[in-house]
Amino acid sequence: MSGIIIAAVVVGGTGLALGFFLSIMGKKFEVPVDEKEAKVRELLPGNNCGGCGFAGCDACAKAIADGSAPAGACPVGGEPVAKQIAQIMGSSAGAMKRMTAWVCCGGDCEKAPAKYRYSGVQDCSVMPFLPDGGPKACTYGCLGFGSCVKACEFDAIHVQNGVAVVDREKCRACGKCVAACPRRLIRMVPYDNQYVVDCMSKDKGKDTMAVCKTGCIGCRICEKNCPADAVHVNDNLAAIDYDKCKNCGICAQKCPRKIIVQRF
Amino acid sequence: MKLLVIAVSAALVNNVVLSRFLGLCPFLGVSKSIKTAAGMGAAVIAVVTVSSSICSLLYDYLLVPLDLVYLNTIVFILIIAALVQFVEMVLKKKSHALYESLGVYLPLITTNCCVLGTALTNVQDSYGLAESVVNGFGTSAGFCIAIILMAGIREKTQYNNVPESFKGMPIVLLTAGLMSIAFFGFAGIM
Repeated sequence: MSGIIIAAVVVGGTGLALGFFLSIMGKKFEVPVDEKEAKVRELLPGNNCGGCGFAGCDACAKAIADGSAPAGACPVGGEPVAKQIAQIMGSSAGAMKRMTAWVCCGGDCEKAPAKYRYSGVQDCSVMPFLPDGGPKACTYGCLGFGSCVKACEFDAIHVQNGVAVVDREKCRACGKCVAACPRRLIRMVPYDNQYVVDCMSKDKGKDTMAVCKTGCIGCRICEKNCPADAVHVNDNLAAIDYDKCKNCGICAQKCPRKIIVQRF
Repeated sequence: MKLLVIAVSAALVNNVVLSRFLGLCPFLGVSKSIKTAAGMGAAVIAVVTVSSSICSLLYDYLLVPLDLVYLNTIVFILIIAALVQFVEMVLKKKSHALYESLGVYLPLITTNCCVLGTALTNVQDSYGLAESVVNGFGTSAGFCIAIILMAGIREKTQYNNVPESFKGMPIVLLTAGLMSIAFFGFAGIM
């Protein structure tokens, strides 16, 4: 019995002595920590997984506190943590828009026909090695072999009728499909924006018309009719400024090619 | 002379990483650049040298007289954990850049088995205080040598055309294996 007590006293005493030593040294070597940073750090999960791209939760908290990372930087904590962090950081950091990916091509099998039949490797990444960059007549459009589908970890992209389509609800805006698309067709669009230009063709109107029944010809009708000055045509391609867009839908109504589409 | 033999054998012949396979986690984790590797090596040297002296003192003057030798592991871990905390505090204050680059591996020195391994070997070989300190220093210097060598090699292999399947950790493990074979050459010294 006394052996147990002595053992407990020895281990406890050692621990206590070390605890005193550490607390004294902790005061002596104290480094002032940003109050915000400490609070943010408390909210983060603390498993130091590195999923955010920083060295650990401490580094991530620091980046959020000094504003170089968004409130939703932690993919593990997700939305609930991001909301709490946004509260600490004030509304400026909290006004983060949810983004979703969008494949900017509406040229499906009927509207944008193929130039030749291809039955080789079924992957977009081999297309640059084929004549004219793939079977599709339009050199900008979606190839439909689904490299983005393979890249998506959330089952949010599927090829429908020869064109990849993103499921807006399932998309978590991780950006993997954006990197996977060899034609750079996938853009991040705010979750709430209804209208998008469903084309990436920078060809002149006449050339676009030759290869696609719906592609943007850069006629500027949308630009002239937009009440919010949100649509502009550059390089024969209309582009919507999502910060200015009021979701009125006039551009979509006026578009002669029906290439500005309502997403939902 | 005996101390010198202990130091050399701990650092080179029985290199803690390359022939005893202890402390592999930071060896693989923090060996991406020579600078952080040297920082890690220095931190380990500080922790191991101090911890082996304190552990040896505690063992000889507390645990043995009270007949509590069976408690050595838990007491040693206590001391090591406290020391690592202390080193972390000092680094955070004095060299914040190094603190950041070591990241999560700094608190992980606590669980670096080369630290506890050294303290336990000291006891096993019934080393006195001076021998323990020298052994601790030699062992951690061996760790430092190994990790810096590894970092140097890794900095170079970055520019090499490594086959796809060997990229990343596999090539590092292969390198570690080859280094380990090379270090067996030191066995001839003794």
